[in-house]
Formats: sequence, structure tokens, C-alpha cells
Amino acid sequence: MTGMPGAGTRAVTGTGIPTPGRLTRWGILGIIGLIFAVPIVAMVEFTLRRGLVGGYDFSRWITVLTFNLGPEYRVLGTAIGNSLVLAAATVVLMLVLLVPTMIVVQLKLPKLRRVLEFVCLLPISIPAIVLVVGLAPVYGVISRAAGSGVWTLALAYGILVLPFAYRAVQSNLDAIDVTTLTEAARSLGASWPVVIARVLLPNLRSGLLAGAFISVAVVLGEFTIASLLNRQNLQTALVIVQKDDPFIAVIVTLLSLLVAVALLLVIGAIGRGTTRRTS
Amino acid sequence: MATVDPRDSAPRGSTRTAGLISSPVWGVVPFALYVLLFLALPTGIALGTGFVDGDGAFTLDNAAALADPFVISGFTTSIMLSAVTAIIGAVLGALVCYALIGMRSEGALRSGIDAVSGVLAQFGGVMLAFAFVATIGIQGFITVLLRDQFGIDIFADGVWLYESPGLVLPYIYFQVPLMIIIFMPALEALKPQWAEASATLGGTTATFWWRIGFPVLAPSFLGSLLLLFANAFSSYATAAALTSQGQSIVPLQIRAALTSETLLGRENLAGALALGMIVVMAIVMSLYALLQRRASRWQR
Repeated sequence: MTGMPGAGTRAVTGTGIPTPGRLTRWGILGIIGLIFAVPIVAMVEFTLRRGLVGGYDFSRWITVLTFNLGPEYRVLGTAIGNSLVLAAATVVLMLVLLVPTMIVVQLKLPKLRRVLEFVCLLPISIPAIVLVVGLAPVYGVISRAAGSGVWTLALAYGILVLPFAYRAVQSNLDAIDVTTLTEAARSLGASWPVVIARVLLPNLRSGLLAGAFISVAVVLGEFTIASLLNRQNLQTALVIVQKDDPFIAVIVTLLSLLVAVALLLVIGAIGRGTTRRTS
Repeated sequence: MATVDPRDSAPRGSTRTAGLISSPVWGVVPFALYVLLFLALPTGIALGTGFVDGDGAFTLDNAAALADPFVISGFTTSIMLSAVTAIIGAVLGALVCYALIGMRSEGALRSGIDAVSGVLAQFGGVMLAFAFVATIGIQGFITVLLRDQFGIDIFADGVWLYESPGLVLPYIYFQVPLMIIIFMPALEALKPQWAEASATLGGTTATFWWRIGFPVLAPSFLGSLLLLFANAFSSYATAAALTSQGQSIVPLQIRAALTSETLLGRENLAGALALGMIVVMAIVMSLYALLQRRASRWQR
């Protein structure tokens, strides 16, 4: 069975696969780490510059962190709000459409497993820029029928996050024995809604959380579809702000990178929680 | 894998109609409809419009535009850029994976690298453009440093950051992290018994890598390389944020076709370009599937 990566990792740490020497290891990590640190340091240096006077100060950071921005930056606030609405709507879509389908297929329609996997991983092969060519007419119809509310974009984002959400939930489904759990619950007289709510969902919690977090990260970083369908989200607003005041755009970039790293550290912790419980 | 016969556990289903009503197939219908409307339909439209002219009649005119020098140069630049950044990204990423062998995957360093890689690989886009403007833009950190301290002008032959060569560094910045994410599991799947067997038979570390490690990892490495290629080829945000007018790579040409309607004097050229991109992606992903089958032999 797959789903127990922890076991393999631990074996490797013991004996066996020749590990790199200390010098090689820290040499590689040090050099590549340094190269990757340069743009981040450059961004920080850039935001601290004091215009024509020269020298450095924190004035711009203070302006941003105290929300002391002028009305011309209101677009940024609206856009962050839009992105959060989209992230929430996309996660709901994933929980309502994808997860029940995955459970039904796992339990009742094993023949469809390969088909479902293929469909869910398909968006990797279809660039967003290609999808948007076809989404433009589809959204023409949608805005006539349902208005052009921000949330409608979540319908397209649901497709973008499919591969990530599918992988997160499926590895959790593989790690627990869904069939046995379900049979046990059913034979003790539980109805289907009870099986799903009180047996399956609690066991899938970490997979669902990881899927939700990665979906949030993907939605907050999305630019292609929003920009070409003329919608406003965090990324499109950053491009607009950058033309007026590149310093503010870079500060917001650094802050959102920080938030994203924190988000993914949480996903990592959740993932390790699963393997520890199941192995 | 053991499976339950739907009829055994379904509460009803003794008669044919009841079986039809409570059939589990209904459970997948909403999802299937959703995927049809938002994945299959847009992809179909994108590919189909390439064969329709402004009045809705069938035409091969747009598809013929794929042979236009302007479009060919777009595809050439896109493919070159993707290949170069995929190769550099794959090599550097694999080196980092190698350096991480033997590190506990729960440890702070591994978790940190995993999280940072995830962010840079999936979240970057627009922000990477800003990062590189701040680094090697005209007033960038490195540009200014090299100019003032060493007298080197990196833009002596003109500003290349906003042209296609300028995309190489930002693309590598998201390719290396992606390589770390997708190649690490392959390295972790190397079985310690193989190393022990090799050592027992008198093999050195070098023997292990040349005779066992590299051959076993080769399909995974090439597969990862293809995924990196696909990733760069379909990437749009970084290039779009760096240049608001450029049309050097195919995604930017699609933008121009979508916003100006008449690129090369043709309507619906975006559809034809989309078709071309899908053909390239289909070839790359089929090769990937083949390699993946080969790689999975050793990952049981």
C-alpha cells in the first residue's frame, strides 16, 4: 500500500543509502540557499530605501502596517477581500462537489477510480491561459444569468485546485481502510448520513484540511484567469498598485509570501499528523 | 483491493426501479456536470474557436496561422525557455534533494524547505516578477551593487529583464522548488537494502550511485524534467507582470490575441494558439505518463 511514506523515510535514515558528507551537504544547501535568498533580500532592501536622499528607514512599512494608505490604495483592500471570498467559495466547492464524489467512488464505484484520478489531474495538462480562452464565453453566459459577482470566479478556481485537492484527500483515503470502517459502522446499524458525518469525515480530517489549505494558497496566488476575465483579486491589484507605487506592492508581496509560508508549514504539520496516526 | 458490492449494502434496491433510484452513480453526477461545464466545455471552446471565423463559419485559416513566422517564433522561444529552465531547475533541484538525504523528514530544516518550496513553486507568479525587478531591475539591488562597487553594467547591451532572456532567472526561481517537491519522494523510495547488498558485494558509494542509484532514478528524473517543462511552458503570470506589451512567448501572444481581437489580421487566433499549446502539452504529458509507469516499477 501507498500512504505510509513515514515508514520508508525512517528506514532510509537508519542505514543504507549513502548520505552525502557534511561538507557536500552544507555546501550545496548553502550555495543554493544563498542564491535563493538574494531576491528576498533585494526586495527588503528596496522597500527600505529613502528615495533621493539615500539611506534607509522603515517609513513605508509603518505606513502599510498601520493601514495608513491613501484612498488610491483602496483597490488593494477590495482585492484582498475578493481573494478571501474566492478562497472560501473554492474550498466550499471542493468540500461539496469533490469530496462526496471521491467517497462514493472509493466505496461503491471502484471501477471509476482511474477515471476520477485522470479527470482530477487533467487540469495540470491544460494551461490556465488555454482554459481562459474558453472560459471567456462561458462567463459571458454566467454573468447574464447570475450577475458578475466575485464569487462566480470560484467556479473556475475549483477546476484549478482539483489536482492539489484530489491528491491531498486521496492520500488520506488510501491511508485509512474506508471499506472496513464503513462495513463496521453499517453492521452496527448506522445510517449512511451517520457513517459519513461520524465515521468518515473525522478520519479524513487531515486530508481535508491539507486540501483546503493548498486550495487557499493556489487561489490567493491566482492571476491568469482573474486578469484576463477582468476581475479584481489580490494579484491583479498588486500589478495595478505596482505601476503607481512599486514600494507598496513589494511590501504587500513580502507579507503575503510570509503568510503563504506559514500556511504551508501548517499543511506540513497536518500531513505529518496523518502519517503518525496511521502508521 | 476488497470492494463492497453496491447491492449488498444498499438499503433498498431489490426491484429494478428502486435499484436505479438508489444507484451510487447518482453520487457522481453533480461533480461530473461541474467538470463538464467548467473543464470540458471551456477546453472544447478554446480548441474549437481556432476553426471558426468571425461569422461563425468553419475555417482552417486560423490553424494555418500556426505556420506564421510570428507564431513559430513564439513557440520556439516558449519551448527554448521551458527547456533551458527545466534542465537547470532539474539539476539544481536534484542536487538539493541529494543534500537532504538522511535528514529526518519531520525535522525543522526539511519542513522549512518543503514549505518554502511549495510557496515559490505554486504561489509565485506576479510576485516573482516584482522580486526580480527589485533584484536585477534598472535600480535593482544587484544591478546597483555591481555598477557602484565593481563598475559592471549588466544592462550594457540594453535592458534584457523585460525580454525573454529576462524570464530565465525568475523561471528558475520557481522550477528548482518544484523539482524539490516532485523528485524528493523518488529519492526517498530508494531501498536501503540495495545499498546494503551493493556494500556486501564490495561496492563503494560510487558503485552504488553509478550501478544502482542513477539507473533506478533515471525515469523519475526525466519525468520530473518533463513536468518542469510543462510548468514553464504553461506559465503566464510572471511574464505578464514583467512585460505589459511583450509578445515573445505563446501565453503572451494569447493575451495579445484576446485583448486586441485582430492579431495578424485574424480573429479567433487565440483559439489556434491554444490548440498549439495543448498539442505540445499532450506530447509532454504522454511521455511523462510513459516514464512514470517505468519509474513506478521500483517504487513498490
